[in-house]
Amino acid sequence: MSIVHAAPSRWRRREGLRALLWMSPWLVGFAVFFAYPLVATVYFSFHRYDLFTLEFVGLDNYRYFFADDRAWVSIRNTLWMVVFMVPAQVIFALGIAQLLTRVKAGAGFFRTVLYLPSLIPLTAGTVAFVFLMNPSGPVNQTLAFFGIAGPDWFGDADWSKPSLVLLGLWGIGNTMMIFLAALLDVPKHLYEAASIDGAGAWRQFRSITLPTIAPVLMFSAVTGVIYALQYFTQAMIASRVASGTTDSAGSTFVPGYPELSTLTLPQWLFHVGFRDYTMGYACVLALLLFAASMVFTLILLRRFRAFTDDEGGDR
Amino acid sequence: MHRRFISMALAVATATALTACTAGTQGAPALGSQPKPSGSGPAALPAGTIELWHGFSSPAEVKAFEDAVAGFRTKFPQITVKLVKGVQDEQITQAVRGGKAPDVASSFTTDNVAQWCNSGTFQDLTAVIKQDGIDLSVLPEVARSYTEFQGKRCAMPLLADAYGLYYNKKLMKGTTPPKTLSELTELAKKLTVRDADGDIEVAGFIPSFEYYENSASHFAPMTGATWYKPDGTSAIGTDPAWKELLRWQKELVDWYGYDKLNKFRKSLGQEWSADHPFYKGKVAMILDGEWRNAMIANEAKDLDYGTAPLPVADAKPELYGSGFTAGTVIGVPKGAKNPQAAWELVKYLTTDTSALVTLSNALRNVPTTKAALESPDLKKDANFQTFLDIFAHPKTSTVPASVNSAFNQDSLQEFLVKWEKGSVTDLDAGLADVDRRINDKLKLAGG
Repeated sequence: MSIVHAAPSRWRRREGLRALLWMSPWLVGFAVFFAYPLVATVYFSFHRYDLFTLEFVGLDNYRYFFADDRAWVSIRNTLWMVVFMVPAQVIFALGIAQLLTRVKAGAGFFRTVLYLPSLIPLTAGTVAFVFLMNPSGPVNQTLAFFGIAGPDWFGDADWSKPSLVLLGLWGIGNTMMIFLAALLDVPKHLYEAASIDGAGAWRQFRSITLPTIAPVLMFSAVTGVIYALQYFTQAMIASRVASGTTDSAGSTFVPGYPELSTLTLPQWLFHVGFRDYTMGYACVLALLLFAASMVFTLILLRRFRAFTDDEGGDR
Repeated sequence: MHRRFISMALAVATATALTACTAGTQGAPALGSQPKPSGSGPAALPAGTIELWHGFSSPAEVKAFEDAVAGFRTKFPQITVKLVKGVQDEQITQAVRGGKAPDVASSFTTDNVAQWCNSGTFQDLTAVIKQDGIDLSVLPEVARSYTEFQGKRCAMPLLADAYGLYYNKKLMKGTTPPKTLSELTELAKKLTVRDADGDIEVAGFIPSFEYYENSASHFAPMTGATWYKPDGTSAIGTDPAWKELLRWQKELVDWYGYDKLNKFRKSLGQEWSADHPFYKGKVAMILDGEWRNAMIANEAKDLDYGTAPLPVADAKPELYGSGFTAGTVIGVPKGAKNPQAAWELVKYLTTDTSALVTLSNALRNVPTTKAALESPDLKKDANFQTFLDIFAHPKTSTVPASVNSAFNQDSLQEFLVKWEKGSVTDLDAGLADVDRRINDKLKLAGG
């Protein structure tokens, strides 16, 4: 009996080792780029660390988080971006893609024009956009031509976040192209059948288009939420350009201009870590961001699974 | 096996994390840890190469720095000095942390001095200063204060900035510059011109804390407002001088009307361009640094202007003549490969009268030693002399060194923006909250 059992056990072990060997590149990458940084972040979060000296402080960094007004402002701003920017981008990209499926003449031209902004490097695109939206810039001049007094888009705390959303919509090309591909993949005969049954455009969209492109929607929503949670470059550049702060040596620029309205959690994390050198506290914020990304992703996956199950009934 | 693998991976990761904490702490021998080379002349120093990082970036500034270092090269021909321009503070800190520190580094701001002293990013110069018998009393007290922290002198002052009042003589129409805050208010109102809608066309003085150089640190000496208590905690909420300053400022903002003032401020040209509103006669009086003299000479040659100390609180006439100062600092970072030669360069640039006068004449900043201030070679005119006098005034002050200096100033600035906007109903409570934030951050930093 023991011989009979030994052979499969050895075989299993050998197979296990082989599997590990094949997986080793991923395992090394996982250990170096995920496990180690995560463990190190947890470790440093219990320490006072200014890049030179390390001192165990227990939960002090976590306690400080509750007293840190700017952290809470940055969390509120980040959530605002998740709640308003992500749906706006998905709906806008889907709408544009839907329109593009209807365009017969010059389809290639329109697709190219609408995709072009996403090819511009983030920094250059943001700087250009802020100049366009300058209080006396081309956008406000155009509005003035129609008798509308344009706002101080990036200089007014009430308008700064919506302006960032507009900037996000401007560079929506990638998502739009993915939606376009998904929409063109929806079987035509379904629409024909629905049309014969008397379904209108909205009913067709709700009952055919949406369920068919649900996986793409889910992908866009999940990546959009993760992107919004990590929103950094555009807000940092826009606030710096709008505030007129020069990036000179000795500059003590604090992101979030005006009045911290564009301060996002990743920016604050970067600031406390690499400007203030309170690395232990920055690790607390990093863990919070990590946890928030996980929670949002799981919620979205669950929601979408329920959605596709209802429609597809494949479970 | 799975569980064992995870345990091993965690153990390895933790060990790496722990060892990572000590990375970058090894380096060359610390400054002053080795005896000074025998013989006191420059030739006694062994040959070597040192690298100096500085923040200057424009061609004229870079040339000025080269010219100042030229004297050192003549004095120490066996030392090769490499200059690296346009370096920011974060680069210095990260280079030191990464074990690739320059031999000498300078910074435009004094805000990081305390953090650098506290963390050991820059080496304590006390031992070599003593060894070389340098008398630090050649530096004004305020310049000494912003280059040390808790007994550690980890930097030397290279050049200083002093802040005062610039006024447009044409707009002033012969009026003498104000000496008190009430005179400033009165004159600002008198010189302001509005159009039929009440919009500002010319402002007498812009009191907004969001305007160019109008930071709390530059304004504070006008009422003698202090930043910290002796124990290092915030004094902003308890020092009545802050409230006096803010109430004066708000009264003037309200006279203009916040919205009108904001609209006017946003319509003005860039601070660092030839479109500066002071050059264009859009603002009659401004608070600015001595370096504006050099800019006016380059960008607005025909401007007829004068300079004076900033006005002070009516009840504190003894403050008149003083102002805010801070400046460029220079030191030897931890891990400098050739610390002794590095110190000789720092010593030369910060104590040699010829080097300081060369730099000052080229950059039009204030030299920091008394000998350089009194040197006949120092180019002076009445407008520049104002700032030399402000710098040398015994009541001239700075933001005292604190490990959270930048954060503390930002916290107050954030409150001031709300204050002038009218969003603050209880000044005492608002300032107390600024105190709380600063004190909480001090605890986080181990203060």
